[in-house]
Amino acid sequence: MRLLIKNGRVIDPYSGTDETLDILIDKGKIIDIKPKIDGKDNKVLDASRLVVAPGFIDMHVHLREPGQEDKETIKTGSLAAAKGGFTSVACMPNTNPVNDNCGVTEYILAESKKHAIINIFPIAAITKGLKGEELTDMADLVDSGACAFSDDGQPVQNSQVMRRALEYSKITNVSIIDHCEDKNLSRDGVMHEGYYSYLFGLKGIPAASEETMVSRDIILSEKYQSKIHIAHVSTKGSIDLIRWAKDKKIEVTAEVTPHHLLLTDNLIESYDTNLKVNPPLRSETDKKALLQAIKDGIIDAFATDHAPHTFDEKEVEFNNAPFGIIGLETAVSLLLDKLIHKNIISLQRFISMFSTNPAKILGLKNKGKICVGADADLTILNLQKDILVDTNTFVSKSRNCPFNGWRLKGAPVITIVGGKKVYPFK
Amino acid sequence: MSFKHKHLLGIQALSASDILTILETAESFLEISAREVKKVPTLRGKTIVNLFFEPSTRTRSSFELAAKRLSADIINFSNQTSSVSKGESLKDTVLSLEAMNTDAIIVRHSYAGAPHFISTFCRSHIINAGDGAHEHPTQALLDAFTIKQEKAKFKNLKVVIVGDILHSRVARSNIFLLSKMGAKVVCVGPPAFLPIEFQQFGTQIDYNLDRAIEGADVIMTLRIQLERQQKNSFPSIREYRNIYGLTEERFRKAKKDAIIMHPGPINRGVEISSDLADSLQSIILKQVENGVAVRMAILYLLLGGKDRETSD
Repeated sequence: MRLLIKNGRVIDPYSGTDETLDILIDKGKIIDIKPKIDGKDNKVLDASRLVVAPGFIDMHVHLREPGQEDKETIKTGSLAAAKGGFTSVACMPNTNPVNDNCGVTEYILAESKKHAIINIFPIAAITKGLKGEELTDMADLVDSGACAFSDDGQPVQNSQVMRRALEYSKITNVSIIDHCEDKNLSRDGVMHEGYYSYLFGLKGIPAASEETMVSRDIILSEKYQSKIHIAHVSTKGSIDLIRWAKDKKIEVTAEVTPHHLLLTDNLIESYDTNLKVNPPLRSETDKKALLQAIKDGIIDAFATDHAPHTFDEKEVEFNNAPFGIIGLETAVSLLLDKLIHKNIISLQRFISMFSTNPAKILGLKNKGKICVGADADLTILNLQKDILVDTNTFVSKSRNCPFNGWRLKGAPVITIVGGKKVYPFK
Repeated sequence: MSFKHKHLLGIQALSASDILTILETAESFLEISAREVKKVPTLRGKTIVNLFFEPSTRTRSSFELAAKRLSADIINFSNQTSSVSKGESLKDTVLSLEAMNTDAIIVRHSYAGAPHFISTFCRSHIINAGDGAHEHPTQALLDAFTIKQEKAKFKNLKVVIVGDILHSRVARSNIFLLSKMGAKVVCVGPPAFLPIEFQQFGTQIDYNLDRAIEGADVIMTLRIQLERQQKNSFPSIREYRNIYGLTEERFRKAKKDAIIMHPGPINRGVEISSDLADSLQSIILKQVENGVAVRMAILYLLLGGKDRETSD
């Protein structure tokens, strides 16, 4: 049976659409879009007073499978994504074993087919074992289904290795995603280096550790004419560099996380390990620069860097806690409240950063847009819905979320993947 | 006299009047240690744990004697001989000790915030005996007590703190305390040990000891913490000594009645010349002696008097 979504406010940044339209879906594709489509013979979903957007894509998550299923699995991660309004996620390769060979990529895809209710796109490692030394078999990995490459968390320190990866990506034509961090500058650091790290007696991760690598990547990208995507940008300096690069038409794109847009280093006064994340929560100045950058269109995408860890792992001294914040179930509501209702950016830009742009960066041709022939992945939002973030209601396996107790306006209410309603859960 | 804190986690949380309360209380305890029978029954029946995850000579013994002179029962815990070496978490370790009905836990830990973390799940009073590079409140209080003994005031005293400021919890607690009490604090050390942001704590910073020491009332030298150093913080011990070592010649630029302090342990001949450490102007051992009275005062203010309301 075909699915008809009626009376929704359809916003599609790809075509610039923002009007009340009906969308007809058949066999996982959008087959018609018109102001009025006849409801008979179709299953009808009434989207009155709701916003219908192309399916949201989180291009930076950690699903922990294979190897760390106590933190998250493909199944629970996909449930969390669907609940949070995401129809697709791209998962980072720092699993155990590392996703640096076709076997692991194919395993993730096979498990996703069995257990995931949304689309899972594996990101493969740039280097074998995330060691920063030898390139993985990148072309083979793309054939197996890798959507991008990244050594997230253990970033490539050797500039020659990064250069070779960028050069080779011209053959595979998929993005290199870099977690920019000079590990020599950040060694043993646990929070942003600055007044508050000195005040709290914690070792700092300087802004320079990110910015030196952002500048390296931009220079390599320009010299070797390859695309580079900067993961979770967190500092004003990085923004300045990316702004400069974009002015020069260098093919650099960037993402930002909700926590870097909303939280700052001073909060660590409590030594709450749910605030320990890498890159670290930065200063107020950095946060302001990130907000300005999304206004100016310098940052292309929102991404959560969903990084699940168990309660016990986080219930320790700040130094001993692993880095990471989960974000799939809170990102959309957080940013609807803090960016849309606070009039920081338009809904068009909001949706392009959650959908159209990540689809473009990952090369997902039939996603990130609402048009005839596109995949029927849709995220439906209720801008007025009031919610309370309560980690006890999370479907993710983990609870490491610093937003517990926040009251927010605006929420994803229906998630459709391949023409099927996957959220609300049956 | 009122002291309303449940824990002593750092100087930051204390007001100037809290600090004065502690110092005045310590004054009254000073005499007990000079008695033939060095014991009063004030904390009889209280159980205190010395929970030390890092080595310590002065602080641990000082707390132990303070507790014993107040008739409390105190046990010592060290991580080398405990289940921590079997991989037990800090939380499980503390909860197990607390299950034996402790009243106070004195914590020394190499990680900043460990006592704060413990205070989130513990019923006992928590006393920070040094957490990473964060705070060492009892050291700053005993330093303040000693300065007050010698100088009778804090207002407008020029206190120069020399050394590895960045890694020093003693420096932080002293900066917070002395600034609250109106002293003028100047921090001196090589740039890698003295981030510019320290100015925001209300101190002056200077890379030149010869200049900074002029007119100083108090010079506090800090140990170069070789166990916390990263490579290349400074080129060599030799260069450090030449530029930042407290020598007789440098000390002459301070005020005539200036005093020399050091939280110990000393690297003789590195941050301070051996002769100066043993000189009359050095009150290093006085600091240690006063430590017992100050810690008695803290134990008394936190634990003494069943009916006292405590909040934090």
